[in-house]
Amino acid sequence: MSVLSAKDLPRDGERLKGAALHKRLDKTWRRPPGLWGQLITVDHKDIGRRYIVTAMGFLVLGGILSLIMRTQLATPESGLITPQRYAELFTMHGTTMMFLFAVPVMEAMAVFLVPLMIGTRAMAFPRLNAFSYWIYLAGGCLLWIAFLLNMAPDAGWFSYVPLSGPEFSPGKRTDVWAQMVTFTEVAALAVSVELVATILKQRAPGMTLARMPLFVWVSLITSLMVIFSMPAVTLASSFLLSDRLVGTQFYNPFEHGDALLWQHLFWFFGHPEVYIIFLPGVGFVSHIVETFCRRPVLFYPVMVLAMVSIGLLAFGLWVHHMFATGLPRLGYSFYTAASMTVAIPSGIQIFCWIATMWEGRPRWDTPLLYVAGFIFTFVIGGLTGVMLASVPLDLQLHDTYFVVAHFHYVLIGGAVFPLLGALTYWFPKITGRMMSERLGKWTFWTIFLGFQLGFAPMHWSGILGMPRRVYTYPEGLGWENTNLLSTLGAFVLATGVLLFAMNALLSLRRGATADDNPWGGSGLEWATSSPPASYNFAHIPVVESRTPLWDGRDHLPVMTGLRVDDKELLLTSVIEAKPDIREPSPKPTIWPLIAALATTTMFVCSMFTPWAVVAGAVPTAAALIAWFWPKGPPTPEPVIE
Amino acid sequence: MRRCLTALLALAALGGCDTVQSMTGGDGRDGALFNQLFTIFMIVALLALAAVLAFLAAAYYRRRDAREGAPPEGDGEAERGEQPYRPLLIGWAALIALGLAGLTLASYFTDRGMARPPPPDRPVLSVEIVANQWWWDVRYHFFDHSKNIRTANELHLPAGVPAMVTLRSNDVIHSFWVPNLAGKQDLIPGRVTDIVLVPNKTGRFRGQCAEVCGVQHAHMALDVIVDTPMDFARWMAAQAVPAPPPATPLAKAGFDYVTNRECASCHNIVGTPASGQVGPDLTHVAARKSIGAGTFPMTRGHLYAWVADPQGAKPGNNMPYIGLEADELHAVVAYLETLK
Repeated sequence: MSVLSAKDLPRDGERLKGAALHKRLDKTWRRPPGLWGQLITVDHKDIGRRYIVTAMGFLVLGGILSLIMRTQLATPESGLITPQRYAELFTMHGTTMMFLFAVPVMEAMAVFLVPLMIGTRAMAFPRLNAFSYWIYLAGGCLLWIAFLLNMAPDAGWFSYVPLSGPEFSPGKRTDVWAQMVTFTEVAALAVSVELVATILKQRAPGMTLARMPLFVWVSLITSLMVIFSMPAVTLASSFLLSDRLVGTQFYNPFEHGDALLWQHLFWFFGHPEVYIIFLPGVGFVSHIVETFCRRPVLFYPVMVLAMVSIGLLAFGLWVHHMFATGLPRLGYSFYTAASMTVAIPSGIQIFCWIATMWEGRPRWDTPLLYVAGFIFTFVIGGLTGVMLASVPLDLQLHDTYFVVAHFHYVLIGGAVFPLLGALTYWFPKITGRMMSERLGKWTFWTIFLGFQLGFAPMHWSGILGMPRRVYTYPEGLGWENTNLLSTLGAFVLATGVLLFAMNALLSLRRGATADDNPWGGSGLEWATSSPPASYNFAHIPVVESRTPLWDGRDHLPVMTGLRVDDKELLLTSVIEAKPDIREPSPKPTIWPLIAALATTTMFVCSMFTPWAVVAGAVPTAAALIAWFWPKGPPTPEPVIE
Repeated sequence: MRRCLTALLALAALGGCDTVQSMTGGDGRDGALFNQLFTIFMIVALLALAAVLAFLAAAYYRRRDAREGAPPEGDGEAERGEQPYRPLLIGWAALIALGLAGLTLASYFTDRGMARPPPPDRPVLSVEIVANQWWWDVRYHFFDHSKNIRTANELHLPAGVPAMVTLRSNDVIHSFWVPNLAGKQDLIPGRVTDIVLVPNKTGRFRGQCAEVCGVQHAHMALDVIVDTPMDFARWMAAQAVPAPPPATPLAKAGFDYVTNRECASCHNIVGTPASGQVGPDLTHVAARKSIGAGTFPMTRGHLYAWVADPQGAKPGNNMPYIGLEADELHAVVAYLETLK
């Protein structure tokens, strides 16, 4: 038996340190400059940034639609827009906000933040990540170009059959909707698979599951939820497309199909989707509370269990969207109980955050203000949610403006407020500059008060009997005042969003330059430069607690030994995060974009003929073959950290 | 309870609004039960909200003076700091669970109350409502079939008598909703659903389709008139009478047009050759409160507007623009006005 000295090991090449190391790493990880570089990039930071910007763009577009609708509803019997246009507007608004803004923006934040938070240099499957963005962009363009071409869907964002079926929605409007859903499904599933793989296998050594930052936990949970819930809507929209295109009868009650099948399938996805949007907000809030209260959130294990239980419960309450359909009444009791149960983990989380503020030393900067706004708004939305879980109350409140108020309280209060706080909080990490604190506070109060002014009166509109999705309403039913207030609030809220955008744009140019850790946060994302270098970390950090930067030492322990002349990642074990193996990370390539273009062509053409699926498979397969073309044997390894 | 809810909704009442289409009315059995349950939920919700906000405000004021200073607490010391909060957290969770259990039980028993069938010895009214894009076809069924009547977009009910309403849809999913009387029930093609309405006082209410059903979803309303049993019987007797023959020459011209031309292919007028089945029954159209499923009140002017150009009045509805000459229009409206 011979003993190998370190010198004999094949990977023991030149060791780089200091500036030489940074330079070499940057050469290895940096994408080519210019337009070409942007088209081929697989860097999670590039993709995360463009995902965020695109999703925020769709937020603005969806918001503009809501302003048009609110203007129409400001007065009774208004003739501003035609009923057909109004149907398109509420469909576009809901579809854009749910499929093109809310879910993608949360995934986008995860794509940018998760690798930094867990101390790795890239996402798993980075080319799939690039592909996911292009597919998402194509889906969004499909919907909005169709809108400009007067082909916008008009059957509501949940497109109930038979209204969306071939008989009552002739033309291509609903096909555009269903195919847009296909695009966002593919994009969301791709991101979710990447996130699960990244989180489970690429955490820094020592970051056991029990030390994972809470946002990483919610990213893991929501990604798993996407993986389990999206197939239901895939099935639903495929049935719809085939009913419309090839004459199947899945939803036609007169040919032994069933109109309610759609609602079951859609809401089996649709309800988890609400939590897929809300849970990342929980993650944002936890990080902001920790940093600005100068102590970790109380009861970490309880917080994690609360998130997991919300994720599980989300799959057991879809029927509360269907209380008025006349399903057996005894069965409803189960869904009432299940829906109410969600209030327990949510209430526990609220307690933990406020107790952290109580126990900690809160500094009321803009992000923490958004947290306070979130708590106020989300608690109201949660309590109206408890009301809607009750069958006798829901039978009255369902499909009225009360419900519109409820889900905007939950989604804007529960997800958008935390998101705006999170964007303010991580803006220095994303861009390298701080957002203006003064303007930020003005923005917060405008958004917060505008929101309350706009949506609180909707509760009353609903109780006074105003159904949702009506393009106008008669005079004399007592709905005039509340609707006028809602319209005013909508414009104040829009002003706030405009202020936020202005603040972001101005700060991008003139904001104070941010150092690595401007807020004094505890997580690994603050251990690298702002914005992070192309390789994220010069050395992979080693983690010994849940708050690695707050452990009272001057230096973060790191590990070395990854090669720097080629893209390489450290994989660790799933639970304990023990170093496992080194894994090469794919290089930038144009093929994800080409594959996305081929897929887009196939999806769009398949709205017109089913044969497009057959013909379109050829270029898609060709692009995928090029994408996965074997790289050849790895080069020898002369250079390591 | 009722008064408490009214107080909570005082802001809404400030508008001096009419409550013909409101959940606060409580003019039917289910509507009254809703008011009770909603008040219970509202009280619990306001208490919970107050508790959370008080806690948040306390946390805000507690450490105001200690903003700067010591470095952040790391993981280890922080965990020791959370021990005193453990009983509080458990108590908080228990309180939420207890509150939810109470609300769930209240909800369950209210639901049982709503699902209770009317007592077998009381008379019940049997009504069938068929939803169409965008109007309601209303049929009353009696043991003696010759008494059956059919109307549209108007539901007359006797106060205190349970009405067993059978619901069907001819096209897409609609939802039947008269908030003053009861909650919603969807009408789903291929299925038969039902709802029991027990109005407990007389009045005129408004119902509206609550599930988006196409372009004129906003104009799919229903007038609900709850009368005393005697007035209801009188109305029923009037409805059972066939349409009277036209009395004036103008009405006669209108009668000829309606029964011989386009109108008759969709509309039915009992006692005349007009027997179309796809549109609303017009036998007593002039006695109704509104035109076009609640689009306009029933006045001569609106009747003219509707007949002259139904697409201008309610764009997208299934009644085509015909292009009547002026004299034809006068005649048709004059005849329709005789259909009391």
